[in-house]
Amino acid sequence: MIKGTGRPVYEGVAIGRIFVHSKAHTVTNRKCADISRELELFNEAKEKARAELEELYDKTLREIGEEQAGIIEVQSLFLDDLDYIEGIEDMIKQGSNAAFSVHEIGDAQASAFAALDDEYMKARATDIRDISDRLIRILTGAEPGFRMEEPGIIVAEDLTPSETVALDKDKILAFVTRQGSSNSHTAILARVMNIPSLVLTDIDIDPQLNGRTMIVDGFAGNYYIDPDEETLAAMQDKKKRAGEYKAGLENYRGKPSVSKSGRCVKLFANIGSPDDIKYVIEGDAEGIGLLRSEFLYLGRDSFPTEDELFEAYRKVVEAMNGKKVVIRTLDIGADKKVDYFNLEKEENPALGYRGIRICLTQKDIFRTQLRAIYRASAYGTVAIMFPMIISVKEVEEIKSFCAQIAGELEAEGVRLNPVELGIMIETPAAAVISDLLAEHVDFFSVGTNDLTQYTLAIDRQNEKLDAFYEPHHEAIMRLLKLIAENAHKHGIWAGICGELAGDLSLTDEFLRMGYDELSAAPSRILQLRKNVIESEV
Amino acid sequence: MKTFEYTVKDELGIHARPAGILVKKLAGVKSSVKIEVKDKNKSADAKRLMAVMKMAVKQGDTVTVTIEGEDEDSACAEIEQFFKDNF
Repeated sequence: MIKGTGRPVYEGVAIGRIFVHSKAHTVTNRKCADISRELELFNEAKEKARAELEELYDKTLREIGEEQAGIIEVQSLFLDDLDYIEGIEDMIKQGSNAAFSVHEIGDAQASAFAALDDEYMKARATDIRDISDRLIRILTGAEPGFRMEEPGIIVAEDLTPSETVALDKDKILAFVTRQGSSNSHTAILARVMNIPSLVLTDIDIDPQLNGRTMIVDGFAGNYYIDPDEETLAAMQDKKKRAGEYKAGLENYRGKPSVSKSGRCVKLFANIGSPDDIKYVIEGDAEGIGLLRSEFLYLGRDSFPTEDELFEAYRKVVEAMNGKKVVIRTLDIGADKKVDYFNLEKEENPALGYRGIRICLTQKDIFRTQLRAIYRASAYGTVAIMFPMIISVKEVEEIKSFCAQIAGELEAEGVRLNPVELGIMIETPAAAVISDLLAEHVDFFSVGTNDLTQYTLAIDRQNEKLDAFYEPHHEAIMRLLKLIAENAHKHGIWAGICGELAGDLSLTDEFLRMGYDELSAAPSRILQLRKNVIESEV
Repeated sequence: MKTFEYTVKDELGIHARPAGILVKKLAGVKSSVKIEVKDKNKSADAKRLMAVMKMAVKQGDTVTVTIEGEDEDSACAEIEQFFKDNF
């Protein structure tokens, strides 16, 4: 039995088989001793990749359609491309190992395509990366592709948003990552999905772990690989008790969220895609306080069309059946790998060209998105909120643009419902001038993750800083109080949609500050409601 | 040396899939085959898929294809027909 520890990000116990999610880019330049053997290995890998792609082609054609299958076919054609293959073989002949050679040549070709002045060819960069990743996976002995045939526990260095988009979420029992932080994308996803997970673990990631039994204890922050009988029995018992606690929360389902003194607060859910709707229903949320739009843009190679966006938004709005859905416009930056945005590499993506700054600069992206949201408004109750606001000027510009779009749609005869316009308060600037901003908007929603990161000057992705990170820092508490006061002075509502909203130790405090809405991971709603109903505030 | 000109009609230009089929077809041709878009000063060895794709030939572009080698006569007719059928 191997025992280790990590930082728990969601409580619960999971028991299942390990699936190692390996990263292709950890390839290093190891010199190869036997060049002819290495060339042989490369050739074998190539043939294996070809066979895999053939299988994938058939599956895609059957299950998805001809267009997607065509993309797979192009990838297998790259395996015969002379520039690609000869480039790799030349590097191997000069003594590099095969995996590293594939990585280097693949990267060079992908960059060349990404730089082309042609949208279609630009997008082929993704195909070159994909075929290179496949070859590298075969060469480094990791599992081919990432497939989970049965439910299991994902063990990974860390997972990027585009990687998590591709996962089959029904089969994931837990995440265990070596890197990450309490606020990393994996951690956020674990909370939405309601599965016990650990980040910053001391686990030694090795393909050999695949298929072995693992226990994740999200209460204590422990994991066990190949557990002995005693441990297994103890953990099964703990899992059972956790299940009973959850069952106890069922008493709060459907109850109004009102404290003992009659203070009423709305408990909404944060979600990342229309697929998460099922968690919202399971969690008994009273609305959606944050629907992220990034999912619509990640894991693809061209901009989504207005109709695609509209369909996705409509799906959520309709499923909520008249309950409020707050849609946040695109909040993307150079830290996300979306080739077709052509974002330049930045030293400081968190302070860079991102979110509303992209939307206000590239109005065509913004226009498509807003038109889709306004069109979806006809199917329920929609509110829009804008991320990364720092000034009144931005808000004025956004509002006049929204008015213009709504006007255009009405002129086209499209049916719309009234849409509330609000802003995220997630920069210290916005918090400090929240009195001025409140005059121009219908609501505030505090994004505590970014507000904390910017106020404390602590990068939330840097695990070295976790020791300095104080989520309940007095500065944050004062800003939160100020924001709620300023909202109410101007007669608008205020909510919190960052991870802090789900912090059960702060529910009383937020009620005292007068927050009207708390939006947290769907799995948190019943626990929050229990807190509110039991609160003396 | 044989040569022909062809103006691309497919709305996607010479995109990945037909380019791949072209390259596969040319594997059986002994002659060297060069493809150029003279207006844009771009050219590539037509037997190299990525190179052809990187030319990003669009609808309306006129390509010049030059075939040189022992089987140039038969190859030229065949390739010209392929362009007409596919692009």
